[in-house]
Amino acid sequence: MTYAVRSATVRFGPAVALDDVTVEVPGGSVVAVVGGDGAGKSTLLRALAGEVSLDAGTVQAPPRERLGYLPASSGSWAALTVTQNIDFVAGIYGLAGDELAARRAELLDRAGLTPAAGRLAAQLSGGMRRKLGFVMAIVHRPDLLILDEPTTGIDPVSRIDLWRLVSEAAASGAAVLMSTTYLDEAERAGHLVVLDRGRVLVQGPYDRVRADFAGDITQASQPVRAEWAWRRGRVRHEYWPGGAPSAPPDLPPGTTAVEPDLEDIVIALSLARRNTVPS
Amino acid sequence: MTDTLLRAMHVTRRFGAFTAVDDVSMQLQPGEVAGLLGANGAGKTTLIRMLLGLIAVTSGRVDLLGAPPDRERRRRLGYVPQGLGLYGDLTVRENLSFSARAYGTAAAALPPGLREHADVLVRELPLGAQRQVAFLAALAHSPGVIVLDEPTSGVDALARAALWDTIRAQAERGAGVLVTTHYMQEAQQCDRLLLMSDGRLVAEGSEADIIGSTTAVAVRTGDWARAFAVLAAAGVPVMLAGRAIRVANADPAGLAEVLKGAGIEASLQPVPATISERMLMLSRQGKAS
Repeated sequence: MTYAVRSATVRFGPAVALDDVTVEVPGGSVVAVVGGDGAGKSTLLRALAGEVSLDAGTVQAPPRERLGYLPASSGSWAALTVTQNIDFVAGIYGLAGDELAARRAELLDRAGLTPAAGRLAAQLSGGMRRKLGFVMAIVHRPDLLILDEPTTGIDPVSRIDLWRLVSEAAASGAAVLMSTTYLDEAERAGHLVVLDRGRVLVQGPYDRVRADFAGDITQASQPVRAEWAWRRGRVRHEYWPGGAPSAPPDLPPGTTAVEPDLEDIVIALSLARRNTVPS
Repeated sequence: MTDTLLRAMHVTRRFGAFTAVDDVSMQLQPGEVAGLLGANGAGKTTLIRMLLGLIAVTSGRVDLLGAPPDRERRRRLGYVPQGLGLYGDLTVRENLSFSARAYGTAAAALPPGLREHADVLVRELPLGAQRQVAFLAALAHSPGVIVLDEPTSGVDALARAALWDTIRAQAERGAGVLVTTHYMQEAQQCDRLLLMSDGRLVAEGSEADIIGSTTAVAVRTGDWARAFAVLAAAGVPVMLAGRAIRVANADPAGLAEVLKGAGIEASLQPVPATISERMLMLSRQGKAS
C-alpha cells in the first residue's frame, strides 16, 4: 500500500505553505522530509494526517484508526504517568486487558522506557518524552505512521534509539513519513524530500539525489562569486550550476573540486532557487 | 603569560553524591572554534556553567581570560543560550539596544536581511532570523570568548551556513568560540572537538580522534526487513541506513552467524563509525559499568 499527497497546495491567508507538492510513502519504508523552520514540513505531515485541508491536490491516507500521528508538540499528557498515557491512547483504539498489557510491555521494552513506566510524563527527559510519544503513536500498529520532528533537540543517543524504533516500524510493514531538521537523518531514510519555502527542492533515495545533482562544487579560501558560496569549516564552498571553469585565471590557485554531501547539495539547490530570477 | 582564553584545570563539580563533572581539563585558544559533544547528562551544561562563572567548582580551577571568572571578565563573554535569551515581546531594535546597554556598548547595526524586521516583535520572526538577532545581541561588544549552545538547530541549510559565516568571522578576528552541539554536521564545522561522557572528557581532537577505534558494519541483503528483525531480536544496536542496515561496534563474524542461523543471505562490510555511534557505545558502556 502506498499513501500520498499529490499536487498539494495549502494556503494560510496570503501565505503559501505548500506549493504543488507530491510525496509518496510506500508501506515498509521511511520517507524523511527535511527543511528549516517555515519550509512547510509540518503542513505536509498534517495534510497527510487529515489535520489540514488542501486548497488543491489530493490525499491518499488510510482510515483514521489505521493512522498513527506524533505531532511536533510533546504528544503526551504531562500529568499522567507513562503507563497511563499509553493506556489512555490504547483505549481509544479498543485495546484492553491482556492484549494491551502485552503490547504495552513490548513497546516499553523496545523504547527502553520500562524503568520509567510509573513516572509522570512531566518528569521525563526530552528524549524519553519523544520516545513515549512515539510509543503512543504506534500502539495500535498503524499502517501509516506520521512523525513530526521526533528527534529535534534531543541528544544523539536518544536519537539513535528513536531511529531504531522508526526502522522497526518500517521493517514490520508500516509506511513512515517523518520530518527532521537533521540532514544526516534524511540521508539514512530510504527516500528523502527536501522542502524549501513550501516547495520540493529535490527528492528521491539519497544515492539518486547525489547522482542526479548537476554542476560542480569547488572549495577555496576565497570564492569567485560570493552569492554562490557558503562556509564549510575554515574554507568556502562554491556552486557552479553549469560546471566549474577548468583552470586559472577563472579559478584562483588552490581551488579544488569537492565531492558534495547532502548539506552541500541542499545549499547549492537553495542558492540556485534564490539566485535565479523567478519566471 | 599566555593567550589561552579559557582554561579548566582538573575541574570537578558534585551535586550531593552525584558527580556531574569529573576531573576535566580543557582549554580554548584565540581564533579557534571548539565543539563540545556529549549525550544528555554527560556534563556539558555543568562544565559550561563553571567556565562562565555561573556556578562554583567543587575542586580544580577555571581561568577565564587569565584568572577565575569575575564580573569584569564576564563582560568580555558572549553567550547565546539554546533558548536564545531574547525578549519575544520586544522588537528586534529594542532587544539589541537592551543587550547593548547591559554590556555598555553601542547596539549592533542591522545587516540587510534584518533591516526590514527592525520594528517587528521578535516572537513574530522566523526561527532563523531570531537566531541571527540573538547572535547580534551577544556579539555587539566584540567578546573575546563566545559560548554558543546548539547555535543552528532548527534552521534550514542556507540559514545555517549564514550563521556559521558569523561564527567564523568572530574566530578570524581572534575570539575563541566554544559550541555545544547535538548536530553532527555542526560538529564537523569545528576546528577541534571535545567529547564528554558521564562527566569525563573521554576524547579530544579531530572527528577521527573522537571516533577512535569504534567501527560499524554495513549489512546489505535482499530482505532487509527480516534481517533487521532478526538482528534487533539478537539485541545488537541495529539501524536502518537507506536500504542497508548499520550495526555499530559489532563483530562481522558474529553478525554473519546470526543471519546465517536465520537463513538470510547478506554481505557484511566494515565501515567507519559516526560520531553518534561512538557516543552510543560510550553511553552503553556507562550503563553497563
